[in-house]
Amino acid sequence: MQDTPILSMESISMEFPGVKALSNVTFKVRQGAIHAICGENGAGKSTLMKVLSGVHPHGSYSGDITFQSSPCHFRSLRDSERRGIVIIHQELALIPFLSIAENIFLGNEQARAGVIDWSKVQQRAGGLMRRVGLNEHPMTRIVDIGVGKQQLVEIAKALAKRVELLILDEPTAALNDEDSAHLLGLVQQLRDQGVTCVIISHKLSEIIGIADSITVLRDGEVVETLHAADGPITEERLIKDMVGRELSSRFPDHVSNAGEEAFRLADWTVYHPIDTERKVVDGANLVVRGGEVVGLAGLMGSGRTEMAMSVFGRSYGTKISGQLYLGGKPAETKRVSDAVAQGIAYVSEDRKRYGLNLIQSVRENMTVAALRNLAKGGVIEAAAEAAAAERLRRELTVKTPSVEAPVLKLSGGNQQKVSLAKWVYTDPDVLILDEPTRGIDVGAKFEIYTIINRLAQQGKAVIVISSELPELIGICDRIYTISEGRITGDVARADATQEHLMKLMTIETKDQV
Amino acid sequence: MASIKESLSGKLRQYGIIGALVVVVVIFEIMTNGRLLLPDNVASLIGQNAYVLILSIGMVMVIIAGHIDLSVGSQVAFIGGVLGWAMYHWRWPWPAAVALALAIGLAVGAWHGFWVAYVRIPAFIVTLAGMLVFRGLAIVIAGFTMAGFPGGFVKISSGSLPHFLGYAGDFDGVTMMIGVVGVAGMVFAQMRSRATQVKHGIAPEPMAVAVIRLAVISGLALFLTSLLARSSGGTPILLVIVGGLILIYSFVLNRTVFGRHVYAIGGNLNAAILSGINTARTNFVIFLHMGILCAIAAVAVVSRAGAATAVAGANYELDAIAACFIGGTAVTGGIGRVSGAMVGALIMGVLNMGLSICGVPSAWQQVVKGLVLLAAVAFDLVSKRRSKVA
Ligand SMILES: Nc1ncnc2c1ncn2[C@@H]1O[C@H](COP(=O)(O)OP(=O)(O)OP(=O)(O)O)[C@@H](O)[C@H]1O
Ligand SMILES: [Mg+2]
Repeated sequence: MQDTPILSMESISMEFPGVKALSNVTFKVRQGAIHAICGENGAGKSTLMKVLSGVHPHGSYSGDITFQSSPCHFRSLRDSERRGIVIIHQELALIPFLSIAENIFLGNEQARAGVIDWSKVQQRAGGLMRRVGLNEHPMTRIVDIGVGKQQLVEIAKALAKRVELLILDEPTAALNDEDSAHLLGLVQQLRDQGVTCVIISHKLSEIIGIADSITVLRDGEVVETLHAADGPITEERLIKDMVGRELSSRFPDHVSNAGEEAFRLADWTVYHPIDTERKVVDGANLVVRGGEVVGLAGLMGSGRTEMAMSVFGRSYGTKISGQLYLGGKPAETKRVSDAVAQGIAYVSEDRKRYGLNLIQSVRENMTVAALRNLAKGGVIEAAAEAAAAERLRRELTVKTPSVEAPVLKLSGGNQQKVSLAKWVYTDPDVLILDEPTRGIDVGAKFEIYTIINRLAQQGKAVIVISSELPELIGICDRIYTISEGRITGDVARADATQEHLMKLMTIETKDQV
Repeated sequence: MASIKESLSGKLRQYGIIGALVVVVVIFEIMTNGRLLLPDNVASLIGQNAYVLILSIGMVMVIIAGHIDLSVGSQVAFIGGVLGWAMYHWRWPWPAAVALALAIGLAVGAWHGFWVAYVRIPAFIVTLAGMLVFRGLAIVIAGFTMAGFPGGFVKISSGSLPHFLGYAGDFDGVTMMIGVVGVAGMVFAQMRSRATQVKHGIAPEPMAVAVIRLAVISGLALFLTSLLARSSGGTPILLVIVGGLILIYSFVLNRTVFGRHVYAIGGNLNAAILSGINTARTNFVIFLHMGILCAIAAVAVVSRAGAATAVAGANYELDAIAACFIGGTAVTGGIGRVSGAMVGALIMGVLNMGLSICGVPSAWQQVVKGLVLLAAVAFDLVSKRRSKVA
């Protein structure tokens, strides 16, 4: 720690109307280090990085920033990029219908006199893609590759610029274990090549695994900065810093409360909506009883989300066959409104695209799926709606200046809580949660697990889809594994270990046929 | 203290558009040597612009839902043609003809709604086709101008409310009563919603801001009332119709399930679908409303002109779209208010009238209107960008 920091942010304070996002934050990063930031949702992590990268321009905050020993007054992203600071945002910013190569050089086009030099583009893109370990053709469109690979494209895009300091805001939130491991390995590799990295993450174990230093933020203030060189950093220590108290256990106590059969799928088969010959879900059979929490473990692309969405008003897929039973009786859910009316709720994994209307208020988002309960003769009862939204805000501890604030202004984790609140409010019998804790801090995770427990205690059937196996093992009564569209296992909690589940999730069913 | 300033600046942007209207009015009041705000001119301003106001009410709904309607001018001509035909050739009594016009409006709305909502053709294309189709049909029906309609029908645009309260000086009693009761009602409603917010633990805007805002709006409304009360007619019947529509549709957009669905669809269509909203039906109903409003506008236009012609309604779609955008409706959908669109429409109307009184040729009037549209939207975007930072 003798060497001078490459980056030094001194006494940074920043206020949004009604929110003090950062107060007097001092943050220093050493040359060639991986420096992690963690903290609860809304602690100010993303804001701090936006200040650094010029998204919040000089003048909108107070305090001083020094990078490579000279002061910075960035007014935009371009300014910070010119100095070699590149940020990869929490929300990916790729253009879906352009190719990987075009995205890599977006805003940085390889052109001569304004005319794109395609051979140079492909050649340089190829090189960058090899460097990040992305095995695709450079002309593949972004929509055609998975989130894990998209994240690699973002990094390649950063490397295409002259990058000295790379900022990654929750890069692994949407990735499965394998992709995460690859990405973290890449970050370490970049560090060894001299690129300093700042990484924000809620996955404490991975942070501890790779970070040289960790700064914890709470309510816009720095709690402390820990250095791996001073002795091992423990998760308990980080959690205590983040939430301000000890968290004795990561999962709330769960007593099984399984009752009557609530939800059953028999021989459920779904074909891909475009490639209509491809089975995405293949003869799935599964049962969930009222009061039971059932996990659905599968790799990305295994068909878990597709299965849930096809049940939810046929929101996904074609040529859907098989039978759905609700409460033991055959049921049809041709449209989303049918599914909602019959007590099914589905909380999407992609809150921005499918979950929330970002420009509307917290209140309007929370009540939109159950507006009819708040209306008489088509007229919404304003007072009842305000009261309901306020109650949900308190129950789910959504951090927002008021329920009238647009969802856009909430931090990522709090947005997730709003999209959960919306479905809790429909009072469903069967609640399907797709990656419910993506991008959520440990404290809030505990709260969401508690809510799941509470719903189960009320006799609701809860299905949790998650990439985090410890989470499934911690909260579920039973876990189904799914691989290549087929249910490959039904594991009771007592028998569930990560290794066992992983083995079932990676069975290559097609070969056995 | 900081919060008062913040909240005030936020509101200022929201009400900046009213400020813009006031500025435009003051400029023309000076340029026309005080003729713009002569009571009779104010009354005819409303008569002249009733069609923009009515069409903008529907257009704002269409744009909030993420669509556009290019056909409203042609619809007005076509429905106006049918209306004229019924009274002129068939000798129908005018109320029956008006009822027919409304029914045709519904049918045209259903036609557009069907293609947009159920066949899922973008509204831009559907209504571009509608613009051609209904203009063509209007020429078929009203190729020969039909004129000479019953007195009762002409009264819709030229008539005023009866003066059964007599006059106080030269102020018409009925007009003053409507103005005062309206303002009192607005103040009461604002106070009540404030009380509800407090009751549910939601911090309302600072009292000072609310008072200033209410005072400004009430002042403007009472000023307008006093002008109208001294006009030769008093309260025009058209104003009552337009006012009624504004109230109804503000209520529909702000307070009903349907209105909320309109915003939800425009804000994030995928999320709306996955929330169980019947987006097809909502879109269909939006176009039904647009059709009805086109029919009402056609009634106003034909009544005012005293004739049904095929060229009626030329460029009305552009006026209505411009009014919405000047009034703060988002091009991308999801954001907008009836009240904003109304103020936008009035700005366009005052421009039309003021420029005419000043004797500016209509070619230059178009230039000015185009520039005002651009300036209004630019102002809105720039101030939004600034408030994001502050
Ligand atoms: N543009 C904005 N306008 C108003 N408030 C904002 C804005 N951006 C962030 N905030 C507020 O600032 C606080 C910090 O938000 P920030 O996004 O930095 O949190 P975070 O630590 O990144 O959380 P998460 O882990 O959920 O992503 C939050 O309370 C948030 O509501
Ligand atoms: Mg964040």
